[in-house]
Amino acid sequence: MNAFTTTVADGWTIARRDALKIRRSPDLLGSAVMFPIVFVLMFAYVFGSVIEVPGMSYREFLIPGIFVQAVIIGAQTTGYTLTLDLGKGIFDRFRSLPMAPSAVLVGQTVSDLLMNIASLVVMAAMGLVVGWRVHSSPGEAVLGFGLLLLFAYAFSWFTATVALALRTPESFNNIATMVSFPLMFISNAYLDASRLPAPLRVAAEWNPVSTFTQAARELFGNTSSAMAVPDAWPLRHAVPVSLLWIAVLLTVFVPLATRLYKRAVSA
Amino acid sequence: MSDAITAEGLVKRYGEVTALDGLGFSVPQGSVLALLGPNGAGKTTAVRVLTTLVAPDAGRATVAGCDIVRDARRLRERIGLSGQYAAVDEHLTGAENLEMVGRLYHLGARRSRARARELLERFDLAGAADRPVKGYSGGMRRRIDLAGALVADPPVLFLDEPTTGLDPRARAALWDTISELVAGGSTLLLTTQYMDEADHLADRILVVDHGRAIAHGTPDELKDQVGGNRVAVTVSDAAEMETARQALAWVAVGAMQTAPESLRITVPVTDGPGALREALGRLADEGIRVRDAGLRRPTLDDVYLTLTGHRAPGTDEQAREAVR
Repeated sequence: MNAFTTTVADGWTIARRDALKIRRSPDLLGSAVMFPIVFVLMFAYVFGSVIEVPGMSYREFLIPGIFVQAVIIGAQTTGYTLTLDLGKGIFDRFRSLPMAPSAVLVGQTVSDLLMNIASLVVMAAMGLVVGWRVHSSPGEAVLGFGLLLLFAYAFSWFTATVALALRTPESFNNIATMVSFPLMFISNAYLDASRLPAPLRVAAEWNPVSTFTQAARELFGNTSSAMAVPDAWPLRHAVPVSLLWIAVLLTVFVPLATRLYKRAVSA
Repeated sequence: MSDAITAEGLVKRYGEVTALDGLGFSVPQGSVLALLGPNGAGKTTAVRVLTTLVAPDAGRATVAGCDIVRDARRLRERIGLSGQYAAVDEHLTGAENLEMVGRLYHLGARRSRARARELLERFDLAGAADRPVKGYSGGMRRRIDLAGALVADPPVLFLDEPTTGLDPRARAALWDTISELVAGGSTLLLTTQYMDEADHLADRILVVDHGRAIAHGTPDELKDQVGGNRVAVTVSDAAEMETARQALAWVAVGAMQTAPESLRITVPVTDGPGALREALGRLADEGIRVRDAGLRRPTLDDVYLTLTGHRAPGTDEQAREAVR
């Protein structure tokens, strides 16, 4: 076997292991699937009864935002499980085997992608139940899910980097909550960001979460002509800017996570 | 016979701490070497360096003919490692764990599965094969971890403190398993804090202190150096300590240890039961009241005391328990 096929085969072996792990850990599955379900219901029925968006139902407006949120929470599994594994001897075992060293992170991120696919399927079904519909072509809808999954995969490498820098599950969870909540709430995911006061509005418009949410809304056709067109550049070109974000995340965090992994395990 | 492991002048520093300070040794093919020493002596670091988990700051080593730095990948195909902390995945079943290791040795799916079943059978884990490791006992975890090291049937095995933390029964069972293993002709390097473990399993023992080898020999050679058995006597009255010491000096073959606070005197002797009988006889002749008396094997503490003149630093609870 050459280096590439070894990496693929070993990465797949690790991904299978991680997928089994996820299936058997109710806490991981819970945060990845139950959390967004609760959010759909809470926002759709609590906020949905008071928040109005011009020209469309709030629930249709909301669901793409919930997809992005689910991805952000789901991708944290990568970082969290890495910190759990760091505390055990399993990486020593892996490193004493003639396997490709990169397979650990590749396998972990791939298995979390599989979990994110499952989570998006649950979300979409949930969305359909509460009244969300795709108004674009099937092709665009597929692109929409593809974009979300690419984001999920790229974001997994980001959480892996944070986890390998912090190294303990407690500190990872603290930082993840502190970062991801403002990221999700200071955005257009749950409300029309153009109605926010100036500093918050600017932050929301340039927040990548808004870019991805806007891109998902466009690709699923969950937009309304009655709504003000945002001025901010990333929102006017949401799909290409989303792809740019994905490219940047992968370019920066794949090598960084790989280097931090080597440092974390070779002490 | 050629050497399966050679190490020369290995040095590894962690900041201010020198974990390995010029450690060197060799292990002939098919033999068992025990690295004996307390926590912090550098045993685990030695294993980590030899199994390519950390690079040494200086020195050279080969394992199964492969250089630990230049040939790391090829080396890993020829070794099995079972660490101090059972390196298995709790959420996976025993069978899944071993199968995964087989795949990562690139045995292929079918052979990995077959090998997993075979090892589970051999390690008496067949009944628990399809249960997540989470529910395994400490002894079962060690066995599955050890089985993981054997998946590819490697010619050289490293076991880092294989029985630390196990209860005596599980420990004895694991010793039997390891003995069977080495009877099959594998080369084994094992680390341990327990003299009796090294005695039981190893052909040769290397005593390690502060990252250096301070003694090397067969278990018998080492025990002769340390002096065979110990007679430990506890007297009832502190006033009689000195008289007791003089009486016991007749049977001592080395320096006696006196612990005034516990009223205990420990005496190295050659002939075990005979020496105990004689010691008790002489104490009775002097009219000394003895609260407790017994015979015990030399412990790691004794080895340390004799070889280094200081007590073993940081020996863990169990090692201290063994001294008591």
